[in-house]
Amino acid sequence: MFELSLSHEQGSFRLDVDLALNGRGVTALFGPSGSGKTTLLRLMAGLDRPDTGRIVLDGQVLVDTRAGLFVPVHRRRLGVVFQEARLFPHYSVRGNLCYGMPARDEPALQRMARLLGIEPLLDRMPGRLSGGEARRVAIGRALLTRPRLLLLDEPLTGLDGDRKQELLGYLAALVRDIEIPVIFVSHDPQELLAVADDLVLMQHGQVRASGPLDTLLARPELMPFLGGFDVSAMLRVVCHRVDPDRHLNELRLADGQRLEVPALNVSPGAVLKIQIRARDVALALTPPEQTSIRNVLGCRVTGLHHTSTPGVTLVALAVGGQVLRALISTASCEALALREGQKVLALVRAVSLARPA
Amino acid sequence: MLTPLEWEALALSLKVAGTAVAASLIPGIVLAWVLARYEFVGKGLVDGLVHLPLVLPPVVVGYLLLLSFGRQGVLGQWLATFGITLPFTWQGAALAGGVMAFPLLVRAVRLSFEAIDPRLEAAARTLGATRGRVFLTITLPLALPGLLAGMTLAFARALSEFGATITFAANIPGETRTLPLALYSLIQSPGSDAAAARLCVISIGVAMVSLLASEGLARRTRRRMGGRDV
Repeated sequence: MFELSLSHEQGSFRLDVDLALNGRGVTALFGPSGSGKTTLLRLMAGLDRPDTGRIVLDGQVLVDTRAGLFVPVHRRRLGVVFQEARLFPHYSVRGNLCYGMPARDEPALQRMARLLGIEPLLDRMPGRLSGGEARRVAIGRALLTRPRLLLLDEPLTGLDGDRKQELLGYLAALVRDIEIPVIFVSHDPQELLAVADDLVLMQHGQVRASGPLDTLLARPELMPFLGGFDVSAMLRVVCHRVDPDRHLNELRLADGQRLEVPALNVSPGAVLKIQIRARDVALALTPPEQTSIRNVLGCRVTGLHHTSTPGVTLVALAVGGQVLRALISTASCEALALREGQKVLALVRAVSLARPA
Repeated sequence: MLTPLEWEALALSLKVAGTAVAASLIPGIVLAWVLARYEFVGKGLVDGLVHLPLVLPPVVVGYLLLLSFGRQGVLGQWLATFGITLPFTWQGAALAGGVMAFPLLVRAVRLSFEAIDPRLEAAARTLGATRGRVFLTITLPLALPGLLAGMTLAFARALSEFGATITFAANIPGETRTLPLALYSLIQSPGSDAAAARLCVISIGVAMVSLLASEGLARRTRRRMGGRDV
């Protein structure tokens, strides 16, 4: 549990935050530049002192301005990875990794190096690393201090597409392997969808919304702030079969319903999270004939919501114990006479993103 | 190769200059650190005082030292209670050389402290390092090339010190007659042109050796770091 209630002024910028994070999984601090996400991260880390407020992590008071309490950075046991890798240029990669380790532990170091794919680099000096390699070393260095929490400040910014994907893969693997809560700052929706479980949406130095990613993705009024996002749903599926001839993957939902998507780089049995945008879902009452849409899921309507766009309705659907969303015109909603509890067929045009769950 | 008198002057010079640099090292680093990293009232004054020997005539510095550390001087009287006298001793010559060289040391070290990315120090703090450990493991090693350069400059300056030394420590053979003072004495006595030329060559040699040594050390340090951080 990470509780923050603070205000902080920096020049003309004012941060006012009242936030409780569950302290599990990956939480993204998301917002445009200048929204205060990095400032908030620095306050969490103890690199800056808030003007007023309290920060409590797992019952330990880190900051309480009223009581004059401030636990300095080096005693917080938080791993911090900055936007620039900030490796120490006069230490080798190994030296950097060891810098914050509580005790010499070669097996732990080797395991981390293997996990991050930096084993061949251990004896190199940081000046001879690529951007992606340097970031991985920085992440390993932070994790080897055995922190209670890992804070990442835009860890992927400035990397090109391939390097970004690569580092995302390592991050996802780390999150699964090492059970440590992660808070990361991002302004990139792709990044966010790829790793975040929870989302803190920041704007003008304030928390605009916070909660599980899937819940926030269901709120149309937030979409303008999520810039580049569409209302969507995240579904957990299992890769059932791979058809290399037709370049298709067959995915199964918990209730056994099938989805066919263009070949993903996964093997049968893998558990995936897929994103389905609400505007890629159409509804029908009877099975459509002669259509290009192959994916038809039987669902039940659980809610009808007006959106900020007049004439557009957001339909929440239950499918295999999960939530799917469809954005349709209010007119067709009325034509189909949709109501809560009704059984409908969801026609899924596209699955926009998949990642290991 | 060298005459006993030349040996004496050379050894004394190295001893005096070495002591001057060694004694200035810690206060120089501390002062450079404070000037590089902190803002405080009177910083300009402190900065000015440190640099004063650079612009004052050395004789004035020597005279001021004599006033403070002489028998009647406040500091001199205080040191006398411990049985220490500085004027007209080689330690006094080291003090004069040290004071004259101090601004060069502080300046070089300060510049290299200022060139260090404070974000690296912040990163070290997040890895659990105390301020002291950050200074010893990050700041100081990264400032090492600048520190070496500053030490060489200071050493060369102390080695060539003349005005303040002759005023404060006089020109006593075997005690305070360093290379420049020995050279001066030779120039004063007629018919010593050849001996003076020899001392001249020795001075140039010592200065070159210390410059090359520091350059070599600095290059090795830089190579060890293998270029800049990305």
